[in-house]
Amino acid sequence: MAPLNVLVLVCLTYVAFLFVVAFAADHAARRGRGMWLRSPIIYTLSLSIYCTAWTFYGAVGFAARSGLEFATIYLGPTLVMIGWWWTLRKMVRVGRSQRVTSIADLISSRYGKSNTLAVCVTLLAVIGTTPYIALQLQSVTLSFATFAASDPTSAELPDQQSTALWVALGLTLFTILFGTRNLDANERHHGVVIAIALEAVVKLFALLAVGVFVVWGLAGGISETIARIDASPIMHWEVSGGRWVGLTMLSAAAFLCLPRMFQVMVVENENEDDLRTAAWAFPGYLMLMSLFVVPIAAIGLQTMPAGVNPDLFVLTLPLHAGRDGLAILSFIGGFSSATSMVIVAAIALSTMVSNHVVMPLWLWAKGGTAVMSGDVRHVALMARRLSIGGIVFLGYLYFRVSGGGESLAAIGLVSFAGVAQFLPALMGGLFWRAANRTGAISGLGVGFVVWMYSMFLPSFGTSSILPQHIFDHGLFGLDWLRPYALFGAEGMDPLVHAVMWSVLLNTAVFICVSLLTFPRPVERLQGAQFVNVFRHSSTATGWSGDLARSEDLMIMSQRIIGSRQAQALFSGAAQCQGLAGYLPEPTPDFLLELERELSGSVGTATAHAMISQIVGGATVSVEDLLAVADETAQIMEYSSRLEAKTQEQARTARQLRAANQKLTQLSVQKDSFLSQISHELRTPMTSIRAFSEILRDTGGLSPEEQAKYSTIIHDEAVRLTRLLDDLLDLSVLENGQVVMNTQTGRLADLLDRTIAAAGGGEADSLEIKRDRDKEDVVLTTDLDRLAQVFINLIANARKYCDAETPCLSISTKQDGAELKIDFVDNGSGIATDQQSVIFEKFAQIGATKAGGAGLGLAICREIMTRLGGDISYLPGQSGGAFRVTLPASVVSSPADETM
Amino acid sequence: MNKKVLLIEDEPNIIEAVSFILSRDGWDVKTHSNGHDAVDAVRNRHPDLIILDVMLPGKSGFEILKEIRSDQQFALTPVLMLTARGQVKDREMAEKAGASRYMTKPFSNAEVLDAVRSMVAQ
Repeated sequence: MAPLNVLVLVCLTYVAFLFVVAFAADHAARRGRGMWLRSPIIYTLSLSIYCTAWTFYGAVGFAARSGLEFATIYLGPTLVMIGWWWTLRKMVRVGRSQRVTSIADLISSRYGKSNTLAVCVTLLAVIGTTPYIALQLQSVTLSFATFAASDPTSAELPDQQSTALWVALGLTLFTILFGTRNLDANERHHGVVIAIALEAVVKLFALLAVGVFVVWGLAGGISETIARIDASPIMHWEVSGGRWVGLTMLSAAAFLCLPRMFQVMVVENENEDDLRTAAWAFPGYLMLMSLFVVPIAAIGLQTMPAGVNPDLFVLTLPLHAGRDGLAILSFIGGFSSATSMVIVAAIALSTMVSNHVVMPLWLWAKGGTAVMSGDVRHVALMARRLSIGGIVFLGYLYFRVSGGGESLAAIGLVSFAGVAQFLPALMGGLFWRAANRTGAISGLGVGFVVWMYSMFLPSFGTSSILPQHIFDHGLFGLDWLRPYALFGAEGMDPLVHAVMWSVLLNTAVFICVSLLTFPRPVERLQGAQFVNVFRHSSTATGWSGDLARSEDLMIMSQRIIGSRQAQALFSGAAQCQGLAGYLPEPTPDFLLELERELSGSVGTATAHAMISQIVGGATVSVEDLLAVADETAQIMEYSSRLEAKTQEQARTARQLRAANQKLTQLSVQKDSFLSQISHELRTPMTSIRAFSEILRDTGGLSPEEQAKYSTIIHDEAVRLTRLLDDLLDLSVLENGQVVMNTQTGRLADLLDRTIAAAGGGEADSLEIKRDRDKEDVVLTTDLDRLAQVFINLIANARKYCDAETPCLSISTKQDGAELKIDFVDNGSGIATDQQSVIFEKFAQIGATKAGGAGLGLAICREIMTRLGGDISYLPGQSGGAFRVTLPASVVSSPADETM
Repeated sequence: MNKKVLLIEDEPNIIEAVSFILSRDGWDVKTHSNGHDAVDAVRNRHPDLIILDVMLPGKSGFEILKEIRSDQQFALTPVLMLTARGQVKDREMAEKAGASRYMTKPFSNAEVLDAVRSMVAQ
């Protein structure tokens, strides 16, 4: 049987087997069986998609061309796996706790769930991955062509491009079948994972088999092989230190950033602890993969005729030796490497493209929120499937355009450098709180441009896309813009040069812009959750479903995942909760499950947003907020200082306002006081002036008239004097400048004196009633001032009491410790509405009688305040009634006096 | 016939002084000493001239003047306002209320006479 036909048959059988395995695994996972599917070994094997056809075929070619340098491609991931194990763990933890579906999702989520950033990452990922997919197609095509060429029965060579097309179609079919089967929780694809794990075993076994054959079959033993390796040119390649470090770092970066690596490492991860196993098992796998690379390359170089592509030594050596079976195994190994890479890359990229580009566009085009629009499930599925087709097709297109002429390794490195641009934003996002969205976008943009210019575009060959003169003289004739010698970095290896400048500028811009710009609150919050992922949020942030309405959730879910599935989900949850109906309580667990379910269809951010629209509850735990608060302590302090300053200013302003108000009030009081004073002064002045003019100018006045008018002038002059005295007295009292002259004396004696002083002379009509027994108390106070108050009250009674036979009764009583002296007359008293103003200055009531300036009671009040007592008007008495109250401290019984 | 003047003022000595001066000048002087019913007094007496103090018990001179002016019969009766508060504001208020003339206490007797004579002569 012709080898080519056998090959096709074996190949188809193998593919069918993969389908079966994937289907079975999917089925088992769906029914909850197959715990072994989640074993750490499966996880480790799935990581082996790092070893693509580039590794399978290309490593040997790489070794044949550049010697031991190929080892750097394995060294990078090994260092990451062992030395950066905790970084990976953090990434996985963050990925799980934030329910991210891709590296674009992770980066966008970290930087405030920014879709702009997600689109940037997606675009860069697609551009970076397309050549890689092309590379896989090319490897399959090349190996197939090699087989065909060595097959004597095949009359003509199959068309390379049609082979690539068929492979591309087959891969698309597989990926769509197993990658978009289940649009459910967490983007895990058990079928796919188990299939690639199987392929990992196949490719390792195939490579080891070829290695064993080469060492023991062709070379004749280990020592022989070593001798032949020593003799081969591989050992004579000059090792450039810079290139070694550069390549190692590049592959390490790519290992972290490649979308497909992220897919298997983070998204498909079932258990964080699987990383422990992978930390040693994966480097072991890589070591086995690279074990026979040098022998195969060395023997190949010596055995095979010159001009044979060293990239295909793995295949051509067995063929050359007539070992068709081994060759077929080798082909299957290479085929496995290529297909697993394409499948996972297509899944990873399609998730990104559909979630971040197609779905937002579709939702935008629909012009409504996701909740409002109809069934988005089909849209999500269709977007995913179209994306897969589109991505594989892009790879095919690149393969067609580039003509497959490039050596495999070179294309791989271009891809690596492209995705390595994610590194600053990714690592910054995981470890640096100050990193922000603007910084990430800027850094990514700069890195992308530099990479495009110095690596991606030149990879199509000089003078294909970039004309030759740009390579010679730089863009726009600027010497420092030559793609291979940016900023005058002459003589560097083009790869190291491009990686150095792109990553360096990317990082620098990322850091500078992050420092110069201020993150939004969501970024700060997400930053805290990412950077401090181990400190809090050990699981996904829970929902608080108190306010959620199950029915609304149900309606929304039906639109997204289809009514049957939604109903099954809801009634299942209700049953679990022990409820009779089909609607479960919106417990946090249920909401979390629902969100996971939805996020598979529409992406995490959208699912989260949709549920939070309905639940409306806080999606942030107290710890998260506290963490942010901790981190923002400095800003808080600064702003609180500012606030304090502002408060101080406000306080000062308030005080100033109060002071101003008081001044205005004082000014008004002063005005009215001056106006009153003016009135009180001008009124007697008017009489004095008028009568003095009459006396002066009027002839023939009778002596009586003269006497009368002179008396008026005299009385008014006295009135003026008294007014001035009162004013001065009041002013002194009010300013507290008065010196109290404390004396001791009996109240009865004081009243005697007072009445005598206030006496109205012989014509006095006012009768004064007293109770002398009660007045037998001793006072120790300023008796003269107290007498002044009494005189004022008696004089007022005399002046204003309007009874036929005016009578004033003065009664004393000791109430508690206070002494109360009431002055009650039998007149009509003071009207209720005026009782409140009588103690104010210039308060005069009723018809003014000469001699009253309205200051008396104001002075009385001031005096009583100074003496520690009080004066008040007693309403509801038979007439005008005033009460003078003296404090206990001034009162003593008469017995004390003798002491 | 003697011109009738109504003096609305609450300070007894000033009433006496002004009455004396005007009587000697040939005026028929009537006096009223509170604000409450000052407008009624004006209506009853139909004076040719009113001398009105601003500060009166019961009602301010400005209010009384406004009421007088609102009565058609007294719209043009000359009113001399007296105030003991020598502030610009008071003068403005007096003019606004419709005072014909405004005088600040203390005044000279000759001033008062000149004023009332000229006001009635108009």
